[in-house]
Amino acid sequence: MFGKLSLDAVPYHEPIIMGTLAIIVLGGIAVLAAITRYGKWGYLWKEWFTSVDHKRIGVMYIIMALVMLLRGFADAIMMRLQQALASNDAAGYLPPHHYDQIFTAHGVIMIFFMAMPFIIGLMNIIVPLQIGARDVAYPFLNSLSFWLSAVGVILIMLSMFVGDFAATGWLAYPPLSELGYSPTVGVDYYIWALQISGLGTTLTGINFIVTILRMRAPGMSLMQMPVFTWTALVANVLIVAAFPVLTATLALLTADRYLDMHFFTNELGGNAMMYINLIWVWGHPEVYILILPCFGAFSEIISTFSGKPLFGYKSMVYATVSIGVLSFMVWLHHFFTMGSGANVNAFFGIMTMIISVPTGVKLFNWLFTMYRGRIRFTAPVYWTIGFMVTFVIGGVTGVLMAVPAADFVLHNSLFLIAHFHNVIIGGVVFGCIAAMNFWFPKAFGFTLNEKLGKASFWCWLVGFYLAFMPVYVLGFKGMTRRMNHYANPEWHPYLVVAFIGAVVIMAGIALTVLQLAVSIKDRKKNLDLTGDPWGGRTLEWSTSSPPPFYNFAHVPKITSLEHYWDEKESGKAAQVGRYEDIHMPRNTGAGVIIAGFGFLLTFGLVWHIWWLAIIGLAGMIGTFIARSYDRDVDYYVSAKEVERIESAHFTQMKEVA
Amino acid sequence: MSTTVATHIHDAHAHHDDGSKTLLGFWIYLMSDCLIFSVLFATFGVLAANTAGGPSGKELFELPYVFGETMLLLISSFTFGGAMLAMNAGRKNQVVAWLLVTFVFGAGFIGMELYEFAKLIHEGAGPNRSAFLSAYFTLVGTHGLHVTCGLIWILIMTHMVARFGLDGVVKRRLSCLSLFWHFLDLVWICVFTFVYLRGVL
Amino acid sequence: MSSANHHSSPASGKSSHGSFKSYIVGFILSLVLTVLSFGAVMSGAVPKGLVLPAIVVLCVAQLIVQLVFFLHMGTSPDERDNTAIFLFTMLIIAIVVAGSLWVMHNANVNMMPMHMSAGQAMTRD
Repeated sequence: MFGKLSLDAVPYHEPIIMGTLAIIVLGGIAVLAAITRYGKWGYLWKEWFTSVDHKRIGVMYIIMALVMLLRGFADAIMMRLQQALASNDAAGYLPPHHYDQIFTAHGVIMIFFMAMPFIIGLMNIIVPLQIGARDVAYPFLNSLSFWLSAVGVILIMLSMFVGDFAATGWLAYPPLSELGYSPTVGVDYYIWALQISGLGTTLTGINFIVTILRMRAPGMSLMQMPVFTWTALVANVLIVAAFPVLTATLALLTADRYLDMHFFTNELGGNAMMYINLIWVWGHPEVYILILPCFGAFSEIISTFSGKPLFGYKSMVYATVSIGVLSFMVWLHHFFTMGSGANVNAFFGIMTMIISVPTGVKLFNWLFTMYRGRIRFTAPVYWTIGFMVTFVIGGVTGVLMAVPAADFVLHNSLFLIAHFHNVIIGGVVFGCIAAMNFWFPKAFGFTLNEKLGKASFWCWLVGFYLAFMPVYVLGFKGMTRRMNHYANPEWHPYLVVAFIGAVVIMAGIALTVLQLAVSIKDRKKNLDLTGDPWGGRTLEWSTSSPPPFYNFAHVPKITSLEHYWDEKESGKAAQVGRYEDIHMPRNTGAGVIIAGFGFLLTFGLVWHIWWLAIIGLAGMIGTFIARSYDRDVDYYVSAKEVERIESAHFTQMKEVA
Repeated sequence: MSTTVATHIHDAHAHHDDGSKTLLGFWIYLMSDCLIFSVLFATFGVLAANTAGGPSGKELFELPYVFGETMLLLISSFTFGGAMLAMNAGRKNQVVAWLLVTFVFGAGFIGMELYEFAKLIHEGAGPNRSAFLSAYFTLVGTHGLHVTCGLIWILIMTHMVARFGLDGVVKRRLSCLSLFWHFLDLVWICVFTFVYLRGVL
Repeated sequence: MSSANHHSSPASGKSSHGSFKSYIVGFILSLVLTVLSFGAVMSGAVPKGLVLPAIVVLCVAQLIVQLVFFLHMGTSPDERDNTAIFLFTMLIIAIVVAGSLWVMHNANVNMMPMHMSAGQAMTRD
């Protein structure tokens, strides 16, 4: 009846897990009770869960990302503590099997459920505003994408308390991830969480490509798109080109585990190296999917706060596009040691070195943008400068490992760990937080607390260097990754320093949370009534903060790259014309319902509860078909309504002026 | 005011979906599907020789049978073209008729494929026999799964045409289905060339 | 949606559908190419070494025929987006498939064959 699921699946005997469960259950009850107490269920359902408004979906993505940042970081600091303790005779506090699940979950969560939702959330909020669109191309699919990702998150969180999670490392290499070596449901949770959220991500990719190609304001040519939109376009092209590879690869692993096939097994002709090859065909573009939009955000920030147009806009675009294409030609550098010959390794080594060139171009562009600018040192600028310094170090260690001969020494050592944390924290995390500080007023109508933002930055920056510079050294000293215990006393002091660094980063995260809390509490003092708190240059700042649900009462006719800036300079911005009816999509609960059935499907598959899986699949398809019969999917906002909302905004602006 | 006029034109294009947006998005989806197939083809290419002492393609594949399958799919592609021509001419009943004919040929293809799979499994050449057979069943089976989805979609569209007539939404969806159906034929061309024909060489 | 009577619904654009003639031409060409492919392998009339190149060429030819006649791909303005996206996809597919085959072949060549025992491998050196 319940497949492999029984009450034994709950790890009662693990005090750490049960403690976490207790906290989450109590916290969950408190939140649910609060929502019920204040009667907010109807509001949440009508205004958020069923919303097809790209701004609200974006906000939900980012909230999800921040929550998962906390979870992923909890894993990180547990690992740091274990390694700081488990030297020589001490065993530390985490048993090996639990430790293995933690490093796997940390990687999976940080990439798939923290970084990806954050990036997609940012694109959701900003891209339509930057191109002067009123929504994305397929608003319903956008809502569906989000809820499918949310199911992935739920599965991963659930795996902690019901059953276990994969103990294979974040890419689940076979043959370890095959049924014979990972007989529990951990890898199944991994597979289905990634498959369902990956489906959502692919849909998002298609959605945004069409949005950017087809819904730009009239007159906006491709070379007049803001840089963030450009990077978003390339990132989405990479999503659509790379995620199918992940889907197919995981499907093959699934076939091995569920249908007794032999793609990656040791016996009957399987070839595990094909998995490693394929997963990195996806894996390398994936890191550029994450970093490119961050590059875009840094570009917007540095140009806005330097009070200058971005230096070398065209070279920025060309660099982005060439990084996008090149990212498909470097995947083998993740497994130089697999056993390919010198010519293969040389080819991929050289391609890897080449891809660093356009990245270097971008760095010079940012520096030249700042050169002779009137830089305002706000929190987003702090993050940007911190990024530039940190990312260069990470990039240089990357090029170092691009030399196959050097990689044979450094492969799977902590040097590698330090390298990719260097680029991902220094690039993606700094980028996301910078973007959050920068665009927060646009999404919510008030600015974030600067002082706490800067304090958070310093903790992150110092914490990062404390945590990861010792890890580079440990790599040179021969320490490999994913060790639960070690017997070399020489490593111990470095790992203690790394732990201290993680604690400092924790302070940084706490300060970010505090920053959000304080800013929300003091929102009346920091209201952004003009819609343009920073003296912005791109179209999103031309509408109110937060923008009305239709974004723009009049869609502007674009005449130049910095259209909004030029309008402001010539005093033409904020002209009022005659209002018209606006055509908008209706909210729909179909996304939530399909994702709900998706949860039944994937949970059933994880535990081999076939009837549940069939109900889930039938429900998903059935709901989708039912939705396709719904002809009432859009409506008109009357010109009067638009006029009322717009004049309220203009009154506000006048009051400020 | 010129901006107002521009706004109006833009409005008509961006918010009444004129179909071009949907078709572009669907085309991009097909491309992503193409990549899934390319991974399966690459895997088949890598594992094709790994028969692990089991039967090879040369021993298993019957080309006349595959030729029959190919013909069914090819004809169904043509008959779907008939449905599209009828749609453009606005002939509702003809669209339904052509769709049903297409469905019959598609179902025939799936029937033949299922029979072939059953026979192979019965002979002890199932997907768990060797890496080669895993790759074969997965590649051909994934194509078959797509055709099955296409068949379900054809039925739904038949019902929609009957219920709503040939309005903009229905036409748009038929155009997407047309792309999907022809795309499956393209994949099959690669399947019979690289799996079956190359397999018996 | 309310676009039922909109002038540019998908069917009214010239390029998004073919004529009866183009479907017939495409169908006949596909038939001929399919028969040639199977014939090249089954009849034994083609010299052994040329069969594989022949069926690959026929496969590519038929793909192009169907793309042009059934999927209406071309270079006119409203077809250009689709064609460009298709070509980009082909580039990625070429990289993924050719790259994977190259990498895996190279790895196989450089490693000890699976069916060889350690003893055999040592004597081979």
